[in-house]
Amino acid sequence: MAAPTKQNPEQVEPRAPARSALWKWIDDRTGIDALMHEALDEPIPGGARFAYIFGSGLLFVFLSQVITGTFLALYYVPSADHAHTTVAYITKEVAAGAFLRSLHVYGASAMVIIAVLHIFQTFLYGSFKGRRELLWFSGSILFALVLGMAFTGYLLPWDQKAYFATAVGTNVPGELPVVGNMVKLVMRGGAQLGTLTISRFFVAHVFFIPGLMILFIGTHLMLFRKAGPAGPMNEDPYEPKQPTEMFYPRQLIMDLSLALALIVVLGGLAYFYPAALGPQANPADTQFLPRPEWYYRSLFQWLKYWHGGGVVIGIGVIPAVIAVLFVLIPFLDRRPDRHPWRRPISVGIFVLVFLGIVFLEAQSYRDDARDPATAQQLALQDQQAADFMKEPFKPETSGSAPGPASSDAGAAAAAAPDPLVAQGQQVFTSHACNACHGEAGAGTPIAPKIAGIGQKYPPDKLLDVFNHPTAKMDAGHMPHFQFTIDDVKAIEAYLDAQH
Amino acid sequence: MSDEASPQPQTPEASREAVAVPERRTFVGVMIGAGMTLFGALASIPLLRFALYPVFAKASEAAWSDVGPADSFASLSTPVQKLVTVASRDGWQETVAERPVYVTKDKQGQLRVLTAICPHLGCQVAWSADKQGFFCPCHGSFFAPDGTRISGPTPRSMDSLDTTVQNGQLKVRYQYFRQLLPDKEVSD
Repeated sequence: MAAPTKQNPEQVEPRAPARSALWKWIDDRTGIDALMHEALDEPIPGGARFAYIFGSGLLFVFLSQVITGTFLALYYVPSADHAHTTVAYITKEVAAGAFLRSLHVYGASAMVIIAVLHIFQTFLYGSFKGRRELLWFSGSILFALVLGMAFTGYLLPWDQKAYFATAVGTNVPGELPVVGNMVKLVMRGGAQLGTLTISRFFVAHVFFIPGLMILFIGTHLMLFRKAGPAGPMNEDPYEPKQPTEMFYPRQLIMDLSLALALIVVLGGLAYFYPAALGPQANPADTQFLPRPEWYYRSLFQWLKYWHGGGVVIGIGVIPAVIAVLFVLIPFLDRRPDRHPWRRPISVGIFVLVFLGIVFLEAQSYRDDARDPATAQQLALQDQQAADFMKEPFKPETSGSAPGPASSDAGAAAAAAPDPLVAQGQQVFTSHACNACHGEAGAGTPIAPKIAGIGQKYPPDKLLDVFNHPTAKMDAGHMPHFQFTIDDVKAIEAYLDAQH
Repeated sequence: MSDEASPQPQTPEASREAVAVPERRTFVGVMIGAGMTLFGALASIPLLRFALYPVFAKASEAAWSDVGPADSFASLSTPVQKLVTVASRDGWQETVAERPVYVTKDKQGQLRVLTAICPHLGCQVAWSADKQGFFCPCHGSFFAPDGTRISGPTPRSMDSLDTTVQNGQLKVRYQYFRQLLPDKEVSD
């Protein structure tokens, strides 16, 4: 109801709308009616269109990522020794864990795809014209932030794929002149990838970048409402003249239909094809072939063509030039005519660059498929991930813990260290067995698991194997060691303790 | 439904109409609201199951721990303390700890294994050769050599653990029990 004023103390609505008392109570205290009017009754020149749905689609997926990500953080531990176990725990044990994690993984790809669609639509429609330069600029930053989220999130499971892709990904900026090495050290938290890398990638992924994203999303929305929707291609970007239609209900319904489609697709994928987790990262592995996630593949391919001094041009200058040109599009493509066929240079360059990226992407996959050794190793890596997914969850063994009995009389101390186990560890590390057989003999793609080998071979049989290597050992280039029976007993004691 | 099309700027009447958003087009509004509520409810199911998993996950069966060769206890005259290795799960971690137990005999002469944790408030009970009984140093509860309550604030006798003999080895199923109750109850 319009409140009575001094001039018109008996003011009544000409058609008093039937409003619930509850709604009026809330509105009198919050002004929610006006807020909803502001939000929903946004005039769209030329009316609601399906072309405009991608911006809100991004918002929807972002919300989904924040929610699934927050819940994942209930169990995830961002340290090198626990990250993989906790993700395995989520995927294999926790109720709906595989589902929520898969929603999060596929949601990341969805963010990139919808962002590209949104960029394409706004570019082709010339929706950056008419005092919308800052809109385009904030959008460019948001796109970079989305790619940053994808990059930082990728490392967190700490499986083989995550580790090696990040090793490559942090090496690349290291090639930049002057600042390259410092950038690499800062990203990694040191010279090598390690637990400090996970910690800072986690903080970036959960705090820094999302904080910036929320800031820029707010800015982007504010600027959008200030400038008003640009409407169709034939609309004047400065002074819209076409009849308007309110956002609510038709445009909202169109936006919701995209949300529904995303729910069905992402939910279906997550449920029927859960995202895989591979075996734990093994930094000593020399066979593993790193590959970034699909949206970085074109860059990965691009790097192959640049060597030596040219690397700076290829990974520094050219991407920087493209990025700057992209951001400056509203200043370069200035004429008020929005039709893409009347902006041949602008649209031509954009489409050319995009096709180039798609071409590089396809080439990357084709190169991999064409080289038999590469194709075989990649197939093996996929198989190892699938095998790992089938294994039951293995909890991490830790030392003794204080029991519920608070008394420390007769406290639970860890079992006294066995000198034979210690000796076995000495032999193991001094002969660098872990380089091929993995930490504590856990096994790697290049050498089988030997933890617990004492269960299969008594010491004299194992000594026999060392003295008469099998064909498989020779094929894997296992060195010929001369061990004594005491060495073998110690090795077995150590490896059995790891089992 | 392009009947809402109107040229800018809006007249006061038109903006009053627009203000009445939730009331007009109520059917569409209600359908959208209902749809989003339904989705929210459905989406909460996996989220809640995920978050509440540790509350509802069934506690795993406690495994058997070795105490020692059954023969070595055959001629037990006085209770003896043994340390058993107990594995327990804490989320994604498995912790291995050593816990003290007492091997003794009941009134019929059968082997009995008692937990050393006092059923009163959880202190560790000690065997006293002088007193020929189990004595809890915290609040003075006193138990017979077979664990039966004799005196003190303890509500019940010392808790016995399930035992079995496998391949000549005496094994015990180490469990924790709730304090302060008159009847033994497994704590979970």
